[in-house]
Amino acid sequence: MIAATTELSFRDALRKALTEELERDDNVFVMGEDIGRYQGTFRVTEGMLTKFGERRIIDTPIVEPGFTGIAIGAAMTGLRPIVEMMTMSFSILALDQIMNHAAKIHYMTGGQATVPMVIRGPSGAAKQLSAQHSHSMEGWYAHCPGLKVVAPATAADAYGMFKASVRDDNPVIFVENPGVYTIKGQVPDDVNYLVPFGKAAILREGKDVSLIGYSRMTHVNLAAAEELAKDGIDCEVVDVRSLTPLDTETIYESVRKTHRAVVVYEDWKNGGYGGEIAARIGEDCFDDLDAPVVRCGGLNVPMPYARVLELECIPDVKDVIEKVRKIR
Amino acid sequence: MSELGPDEAARQKRKQIVWQLSGDHRGINAVAKQANIEQLENPRDLEKFFRDMVFIRKFEEKCNVAYRLGKIGGYMHTYIGMEATAIGWNAALRPNWDYVITAYRDHPQPLLMGSDPIAVMAEIMGRSGGLSRGKGGSMHVYDIERGFFGGWGIVGGHTPLGGGLAFAAKYRKEDRVTLCYLGDGAANAGVFFETLNMAALWDLPVIFIIENNEFAMGTRLEYHAADTELWKRGAPFNIKSERLDGMDLLTVLQDAKRIVDYVRTEQKPYLVEVMNYRFSGHGAADNDRQLYRTKEEEEANYKRDPLLRLKAVLRERNILSDETMEAIEEEAENRVEDIYETADASPFPEPHEVYMNVYTDMEPEVGH
Repeated sequence: MIAATTELSFRDALRKALTEELERDDNVFVMGEDIGRYQGTFRVTEGMLTKFGERRIIDTPIVEPGFTGIAIGAAMTGLRPIVEMMTMSFSILALDQIMNHAAKIHYMTGGQATVPMVIRGPSGAAKQLSAQHSHSMEGWYAHCPGLKVVAPATAADAYGMFKASVRDDNPVIFVENPGVYTIKGQVPDDVNYLVPFGKAAILREGKDVSLIGYSRMTHVNLAAAEELAKDGIDCEVVDVRSLTPLDTETIYESVRKTHRAVVVYEDWKNGGYGGEIAARIGEDCFDDLDAPVVRCGGLNVPMPYARVLELECIPDVKDVIEKVRKIR
Repeated sequence: MSELGPDEAARQKRKQIVWQLSGDHRGINAVAKQANIEQLENPRDLEKFFRDMVFIRKFEEKCNVAYRLGKIGGYMHTYIGMEATAIGWNAALRPNWDYVITAYRDHPQPLLMGSDPIAVMAEIMGRSGGLSRGKGGSMHVYDIERGFFGGWGIVGGHTPLGGGLAFAAKYRKEDRVTLCYLGDGAANAGVFFETLNMAALWDLPVIFIIENNEFAMGTRLEYHAADTELWKRGAPFNIKSERLDGMDLLTVLQDAKRIVDYVRTEQKPYLVEVMNYRFSGHGAADNDRQLYRTKEEEEANYKRDPLLRLKAVLRERNILSDETMEAIEEEAENRVEDIYETADASPFPEPHEVYMNVYTDMEPEVGH
């Protein structure tokens, strides 16, 4: 039986998931900067304060370490906070709380305490927000044991993975590239629709090259695959969806079929998480490869303001095609 | 003095302020003793507190010995000299209900809150039977079931967590009080100020206890704090704040009860600066205390020893004789010896345990 679906944007799907999880469990609450009266900078929490009141929807001062720490302390008692970072670039202020506290608590307590919280927010470039508001942070968090990191690309995954994040007993970093908020898709009409972590999705099957990415880059990869198909190059598009846990099986299976891989990520190319994925393919699929694994990452510069320069920094269809042609 | 160099005159002035008020707070005791504190001072309770204090002292002394023997590794910070603070404040709490969180000088709290002392010692010794299964060590002791939330190593970093514990109690409409201990060094941390602001903004039932033992590691107060009256940290946020004695148990008991009751009833935060003194170095690895303080200063402070003061009270009031107190001390020493031997005979964690508890439901990538 195919469940009924509704077409929603990524943002609306996320808001629907957030609303339903708040309704389902009184232990869930949301805190962050300007999420209540101001309705959220990217409007994800629009209307929530009116619906749920000040106890559940908490406008905080602009102090990421402080409110993240308060959420962690509350989570240690069993509450399930959802912390919005106005942009993930600002979560750098709270790195000590996230990486040195939240990520390590279950371990340091020998399993006594859990930190069931979600830290979500836009990660990556929006439009001309320049150097301090545009950074992709997921690679830093995926580097750190104890955190789960998910970066959905579609509305349905936003819905199902967000619900799974809220119900997870570990700290989850939920990454939303600003470019995906308006992308629409069919979302199941099921309040318990959960997309499990650690399962990559094949969004397009192909036999020549694997294009591996997550979040908005999955859409870039799909568009690049369309273009390349016109020239007879058949690309498989792997949507990684979750960085930690990483579904290496699906990635390797694809590479074993196509024998070629391009890993695409918006984060700085140098040291970004795409490099980790590429390294794992190189280490575990060496005999299956007909060409070196290629990275296609963001330029290694602070994000510039001028639109023409900004666009230069972010991998696009043309950049992906260029990389594919290098190995095919 | 160079124009850009440190302002020595200002530093001296800051130092004077510390000692001036330290002088004041040392005088508080006389007043406190006249107050009505009968309920806190029945002989049976005082004997129990004496036993607790002796036990913590012996436990910490044993830790120092074990550290020197190489039985304890890493960083370890003992509570010797500061015992009256933890005992007095703990006595004001509701067991298994209220929350306590502190930094890395964290051995006394679980001992006072009813944790198995063998499990505490085993943790300090890195054994699998430790409270944190040997993953935390001396700085990261936890007993969540009893409301003890650690045990933290980043100076000031745990203070918002303390706010979060209080937030949770308020969110659930429970009348739990949270004690959030921090040192004088942490009183300068930005995240502490952020926490104070939100604690006041949201009326969180938390008591911030700044244990001013006069040193942030090896840096004396007047070298690290522009205003050495740390109790004023609460003032900008309209948090009720006081400077209190931390060496005289009877005074601490009285202050703690008054303030814990206030916070429980009024559901508002409170801040206290508790004046005590660290008899040991910052940590067990700090073996040259003369780098930052003189022997004369130490000698003068040893006279403030909370244990000596409590003994004097017990003697004066004919609650315990010297012989009985000696017997209690010997008993505590033997008990600590047994705890240590049992912990030392317990196993280290198995290598496979290294992946346990990174996540609740999965393992990280395995192997090097």
